[in-house]
Amino acid sequence: MAEPRPVLEMTGIVKEFPGVRALSGVDFRLFPGEIHALMGENGAGKSTLIKVLTGVHTLDGGTITLDGKTVRIGSPLEAQHAGISTVYQEVNLCPNLSVAENIFIGREPTRGGRIQWKQLRKEAAEMVDRLGLDIDVTAPLSSYPLAVQQLVAIVRSVGHGDSDGQGSGTKVLVLDEPTSSLDRDEVLELFRLMRRLRDEGVAILFVSHFLDQIYEICDRMTVLRNGTLVGEHMVADLDQVGLIELMIGKALDQLEELHEHQLRSDVGETLVKAEGLGRTGGIAPFDLEIKKGEVLGLAGLLGSGRTELARLLFGADQPDSGKVTIAGKQVSMSAPNDAIGAGVAFCSENRKTEGLVPDLTVRENIILALQASRGWTRPIPASQRDELVAKYIKALDIRPANPEARVGQLSGGNQQKVLLARWLITQPKLLILDEPTRGIDIGAKAEIQKLVVSLSEDGMSVLYIAAELEEVLRLSHTIGVLRDRKLVAQLTNGPEITTSKILETIASGEHQ
Amino acid sequence: MSTPAVTTPSRWRALTHHHLFWPVAVLIALLLVNVPFTPDFFAIRMTDGHLYGSLVSIVLFGSPLILVAVGMTLVIATGGIDLSVGAVVAITGALTCSYISDQADQNALAGVFLAMGIGLVAAVLCGLWNGFLVARMGIQPIIATLIIMVAGRGVAQLITDGQIITINSEPYKLIGGGYWLTLPFSIFVVAAVVAVTIALTRRTALGLLVESVGGNAEASRLVGIRSMRIKIMVYMFCALCAGIAGLMISSNTSAADGNNAGLWIELDAILAVVIGGTSLLGGRFSIGGTVIGALVIQTLTTTIYTIGVPTQTNLVFKAAVVIVVCLLQSPKFRAKVFGARGRAAAPVTPAAPADAAPKMEVSR
Ligand SMILES: Nc1ncnc2c1ncn2[C@@H]1O[C@H](COP(=O)(O)OP(=O)(O)OP(=O)(O)O)[C@@H](O)[C@H]1O
Ligand SMILES: [Mg+2]
Repeated sequence: MAEPRPVLEMTGIVKEFPGVRALSGVDFRLFPGEIHALMGENGAGKSTLIKVLTGVHTLDGGTITLDGKTVRIGSPLEAQHAGISTVYQEVNLCPNLSVAENIFIGREPTRGGRIQWKQLRKEAAEMVDRLGLDIDVTAPLSSYPLAVQQLVAIVRSVGHGDSDGQGSGTKVLVLDEPTSSLDRDEVLELFRLMRRLRDEGVAILFVSHFLDQIYEICDRMTVLRNGTLVGEHMVADLDQVGLIELMIGKALDQLEELHEHQLRSDVGETLVKAEGLGRTGGIAPFDLEIKKGEVLGLAGLLGSGRTELARLLFGADQPDSGKVTIAGKQVSMSAPNDAIGAGVAFCSENRKTEGLVPDLTVRENIILALQASRGWTRPIPASQRDELVAKYIKALDIRPANPEARVGQLSGGNQQKVLLARWLITQPKLLILDEPTRGIDIGAKAEIQKLVVSLSEDGMSVLYIAAELEEVLRLSHTIGVLRDRKLVAQLTNGPEITTSKILETIASGEHQ
Repeated sequence: MSTPAVTTPSRWRALTHHHLFWPVAVLIALLLVNVPFTPDFFAIRMTDGHLYGSLVSIVLFGSPLILVAVGMTLVIATGGIDLSVGAVVAITGALTCSYISDQADQNALAGVFLAMGIGLVAAVLCGLWNGFLVARMGIQPIIATLIIMVAGRGVAQLITDGQIITINSEPYKLIGGGYWLTLPFSIFVVAAVVAVTIALTRRTALGLLVESVGGNAEASRLVGIRSMRIKIMVYMFCALCAGIAGLMISSNTSAADGNNAGLWIELDAILAVVIGGTSLLGGRFSIGGTVIGALVIQTLTTTIYTIGVPTQTNLVFKAAVVIVVCLLQSPKFRAKVFGARGRAAAPVTPAAPADAAPKMEVSR
């Protein structure tokens, strides 16, 4: 294949943070009309490379060439003007503005200095439509789940070059883990769009920890490890095993182990019982029982009410009907405190707004839940605290393994691990995990799934939510199926339950 | 990541990256500005067993501001703000002085203590009210505390009948104007309050929970922190600090002036907190930084007098210095101004040594 000139070339890129060299001399190039995967473990430097490219971080060394010209990109706005559109890993839109405003923020259609609201809303609706999304663009962004917010961020970045022909002239589209909380259908929709843009000559940089997605959509990939470049390959030339080896730097043998892992077969007596629990606008009243040591997985499409169900069981939202009994005692569920007191823990899907305190250190974030339950007058003794924190940093392989590091400076996947650690140290009776493996690399993902299995063996009940059906199916004793904000079925896992069976149940919305 | 050998540049780097570096640097610079105008600026003399000197006066006159700013720090760390502290200063002073002035013997210790108790209880009640409005009713802090800021001065006027109450009480004079162990007594009060605050926040988990509430309120709720209680406590503590400052100010002048006591002190306090490195958005706070910040402001006031800035331009001068200080604290500004040099100085070492670098493979 005769190679055209790359539209983007980054050479010898160096980026240092105090105490951490995030990128040491990385080369990266991007050709027009290709989808290029940037691969690497959590903390390898993918997001940092992207942020250097888009002017979020200033680079400490190296050059960036765009269209053959050396450029200095000082800010995300300059990047946008230079034709680089970006969806960052953490959704950074304005939650209190409407979807339409978010899509157009900074480039509202104006006439004589006045914003044309009607036109703005109409165009926004069209753009959202084109992605196959059924949402009200006048509603505030915060009224939608994270996955929709992620889609809005995508619409915002791709929509423009797309709608007005060459309009904003997007040459490079950067997508940092855009699919981390999307369901299959939205992913397909996104891929359709990406292919179209590629065919129009846009160069696309794509980051994802789902290897299947990489092999489905990408043409070429660049692999990073510990801030250094390990190689650039055509996707067709490198198989998954080889790719994983490149990413982690050693041969991988235990990834398949989980498949043979037997779920604990005998679950205990009932731990949590919800009767007629519901909330208007959230989820229709449902009955649910979770037994001691049971893993209950929730399956359903985007917006089917999985997160809403979990939030009711934690008191994060107040139910307006029904009651919850935990270990035989009725719990009021008027605030998270009540649930926490009864031994429930909730790992939110939205680590940025509902999970971590970015300014605090890894250590402080990890002990926060435990400390809150002890009250402010009884600090956890320093030695015990440090021991606990060190134990979980090691168990979850949080990198850098520095309890003093600010959580906001960790890579996305490592932040997710901190959130998990926070709740694990409280040793809850029921652990609610809403998308716990979001943004986590393939090795760590297997580790976390193994952890869930072993927690259940030790008698902890787990409510597990994941967009990936296979993941739910592999781990759960029982699978609750949701559709249109209703719990429509509870299937006992067994050989006859397959992903297609679950999909059928979702589609028909009936008890079978 | 291997730890780099500690070299002079990296030690310098560590120093300049310390969160107190810029506030301290500004403080020192401001102090030095005074020297050409007052050559014996740093001199400290002993007269009648009392230490005198510009440095001592800065701490003495800055004491109320330090107290108010320390309380304000915690409020700001929760993501709030307290505009009512100046009024609380006035109310406390007014109540205490009017009670003392009603005594037959103004020097009786019991009466003085009771008077101070009454003043401080009133201050704490103001804090409770603020906390209730903010945490319980969910009113924006700036609005909630505006109520006492405005109404509180009226209350202070009512207490003093619109007059300036003067008293003549030796024991009361000690707090804000007396000496102990050669030093102004108020320095000991400030030291005690600062020490207690640091112990209260860092020896317990209070500091962590406050920072968590200010850093991410929703996450804190989901983690089970009782943020309502914490916020109310913090507003009460802030008002208590303002109350003590009120005692100090009225003691220093032996008078309660409902109109002017603690006037605009809330703004100086907020400024001190910001200069000390605590973000107005809430989250991480530094009591030490706030103390430095308050000293910077007090030094600035002193400097304005010593270098003889004309009274009309006084405020403009102060504003200019504050702008410079705030700019210096902004990493973005520093990068813009000193950045080019800094970047050139940082050698770009080649990527990882050969043995550590994974083999580079390219296939296409
Ligand atoms: N602002 C920052 N300050 C200090 N260190 C940082 C900062 N941002 C990133 N780092 C560090 O740089 C390294 C690379 O992080 P980066 O976010 O690029 O990883 P990533 O490859 O995107 O990982 P993930 O798959 O988890 O998203 C990590 O060690 C991280 O801790
Ligand atoms: Mg990342």
